[in-house]
Amino acid sequence: MTGRRILMALAAPVSAFAFSVLISSAVLIAVGTNPIDAWAEMLSFGMRLETLVETSNRATPLYLAGIAVAIGFRMNLFNIGVEGQYTIAALLAASAGAAVSLPAPLHILFIIIVAMIVGSLFSGVAGYLKVTRGVHEVISTIMLNAIAWAMVGYLMRTWLADPNDTTLNLKTREIAESGRFPNLNGILQTFTRDIKGGRELGGFIIIAVIAGIVFHLYLTRTRSGYDLRITGLNPFAAEASGVDPKATVVRAMLLSGAVAGLIGLPEILGDDFKYDLSFTKGLGFAGIAVALIGRNHPAGIAVGALLFGWLDSAAPILDVRGDAPREIVSILQGVVVLSAVVAYEVASRARQTQEARDTAIATAAPTDTGSDKPEGEAGA
Amino acid sequence: MNPVPLKESRALRWMVAILGLVLVLSLTQELARPETTDLISAGTAASTLRRAVPILLAGLGGIWAERAGVVNIGLEGMMILGTWFGAWGALEFGPWWGIAIGIAGGAAGGLLHAVATVGFGVDHIISGVAINILAPGITRFLSREIFAKQSGGGITQSPRVESVGHFDVPFVSGGEIFGWATPDIFGWIDDRGWFVVSDLFAVASGITSNVSWATLLAIALVPGTVYVLWRTPFGLRVRSCGEHPVAADSLGVNVYRMKYAAVVISGGMAGFGGAFIAIEQTGIYREAQTQGRGFIGLATVIFGNWQPLGAFLGSILFGFADALQLRDRTAVHALLLLTGVAVGLIALRSLKRSQPVGAGVLLLISALMLWWYLVTDSVMSELPPVTPHIATLIVLVFATSRLRMPAADGMRYRKGQE
Repeated sequence: MTGRRILMALAAPVSAFAFSVLISSAVLIAVGTNPIDAWAEMLSFGMRLETLVETSNRATPLYLAGIAVAIGFRMNLFNIGVEGQYTIAALLAASAGAAVSLPAPLHILFIIIVAMIVGSLFSGVAGYLKVTRGVHEVISTIMLNAIAWAMVGYLMRTWLADPNDTTLNLKTREIAESGRFPNLNGILQTFTRDIKGGRELGGFIIIAVIAGIVFHLYLTRTRSGYDLRITGLNPFAAEASGVDPKATVVRAMLLSGAVAGLIGLPEILGDDFKYDLSFTKGLGFAGIAVALIGRNHPAGIAVGALLFGWLDSAAPILDVRGDAPREIVSILQGVVVLSAVVAYEVASRARQTQEARDTAIATAAPTDTGSDKPEGEAGA
Repeated sequence: MNPVPLKESRALRWMVAILGLVLVLSLTQELARPETTDLISAGTAASTLRRAVPILLAGLGGIWAERAGVVNIGLEGMMILGTWFGAWGALEFGPWWGIAIGIAGGAAGGLLHAVATVGFGVDHIISGVAINILAPGITRFLSREIFAKQSGGGITQSPRVESVGHFDVPFVSGGEIFGWATPDIFGWIDDRGWFVVSDLFAVASGITSNVSWATLLAIALVPGTVYVLWRTPFGLRVRSCGEHPVAADSLGVNVYRMKYAAVVISGGMAGFGGAFIAIEQTGIYREAQTQGRGFIGLATVIFGNWQPLGAFLGSILFGFADALQLRDRTAVHALLLLTGVAVGLIALRSLKRSQPVGAGVLLLISALMLWWYLVTDSVMSELPPVTPHIATLIVLVFATSRLRMPAADGMRYRKGQE
């Protein structure tokens, strides 16, 4: 039974991925390229150590974004605002980090805490508006995204940009050495060979893994996480059993925003050491995609984040070799998301039907004798 | 039919409202320092209209879907498809074909949303988000395959495209009839510089000269939507699916078919909006040129209480904010004065209704805005673009209880459910 359930759980994402590859291949054939060559090219390039390091670096923020989104999704709360939350958190954390000097571990911790607080304050607005004024979080977070971007633009232009900088690319002051996150090249290279091309395995992946574990423990081992999960499964039953729905909404929103605050940090702490105009955008929306693929489960999200990270890392080879346009990967990613959510829906309906049938079979015998009895009594 | 008393006549009330608005804007323009000439002018009016159209179309698209009970967060993605297919169609076959192909592109996105939400019963928000992720992927790929190989095009933009053409309304704005140039009456009065009167005619002149045919078509869709949704059996069926699909089903309405139709129309409208941006507003396809207008369109749906006319007014308001910031930022600064005074008046009304706390808060806000107006000469450039978003949040915060969305909006309906 468990074996079958695992198989059923895997069937949906695997078939969604297969379907997406099929669609993308059809698109490639339509534009006159050989899909098999393209995929083979990506696979062989994608197995190189450097590409895998890049995959990990790209997957780290995606995973954090996925977790941030999933905290809300687990209780049917749609935090579309992760995008804005992480951007403003990254800007303020980078500025705060550059403004202080602390010993190494404390400096990093300080920046992380600032980012988490800013992120949760911003998402908290949406949570507060939902429980006090009944404003749907989808609309409020979409609006807050735009407001966050405007605030980032304004703060960068006026107060937070480095005044000594004369280039057109506005940037904050650099964070001192003590506030930079160490890379993991040393550890990785003891197991493998030297990493070429100046690539660094970002150390922030450790924080991402911890976030995933904490998320899992929170959901499965704490009262508050249990409240969150059952509110998502059945809000009426949850409320009837003593869960405060408003507190749960606000808590989920704050937690989601706190994790969202971490998304920009791999780039700030491990790569750029400052916020500038070329700061990566779109991770919040990509996080939604990753959470949907991973069914809001910490392990599933990891698979989704690694898949997206790998596709992004391996795609450039297509342009180098000229076999196919690398943009095929963005189609593949889009189709994966849509087909995955459809596949999960179909699978969950199939499971429900199956369960209903099992229950009907299991309860059939006693019901039959029960219905016989009154007839007998009536006869007598 | 009984004759409507003049006091209650709708048309009259509208005229009074428009006159009042022009008067207020004229006064603000006269009083504001530093001086501005663009708060109310023919140029601003024309620009407002042009910028309102895509928002309006997205809003109408949202109304179509949500009236049938399907929440459409994917409007943004459908609009993106509209920009690309619109530009491509305009390049290949001409501007009107561009509009048509843009509509088709958006409608294809709508169909996808319908298949996921209606056919497979996927959560509406999730499907919409997925479409918003998929659409830019598709357009990026297509640009790479098609625009990048044309001269003047690239991965992120198309070659320049031609517009569908413009017209001036005859007799009032100097339009031609069979080659005979009619007088430009509105423009003439505008030039006289008479207080309020000229401003009124400036607005009229702005929205009647150099009007795109596509704008005319888009605006016709407002009464068109009202008519189809509220005056035809098809519209009644669509709306019944948004209010109570189970009841609709029991009365023999094919709920799935109605939802499919409404969501495809919704996508088509968003696609039209996208095509309008590419063909009429900018004359080029550029990546990410929708700038979240699909989301603003969604905001007008709420703003306008799920009514086409409400969405129209919302889009004019947001178009106005958009137009002002591009044309003249001192005009935006002048609006601080207007808003400050308006909030102050609302505060006085609250005081009269003996709501001292609310009045105090409002007075404080009013005072802050007036102080802001007095100590600055212009507002930061980042503020005007987000006024729609802030306005929407404020409306939602203060008017949620007065808004009424379709009863079964967002519900995942399966045939046979209870």
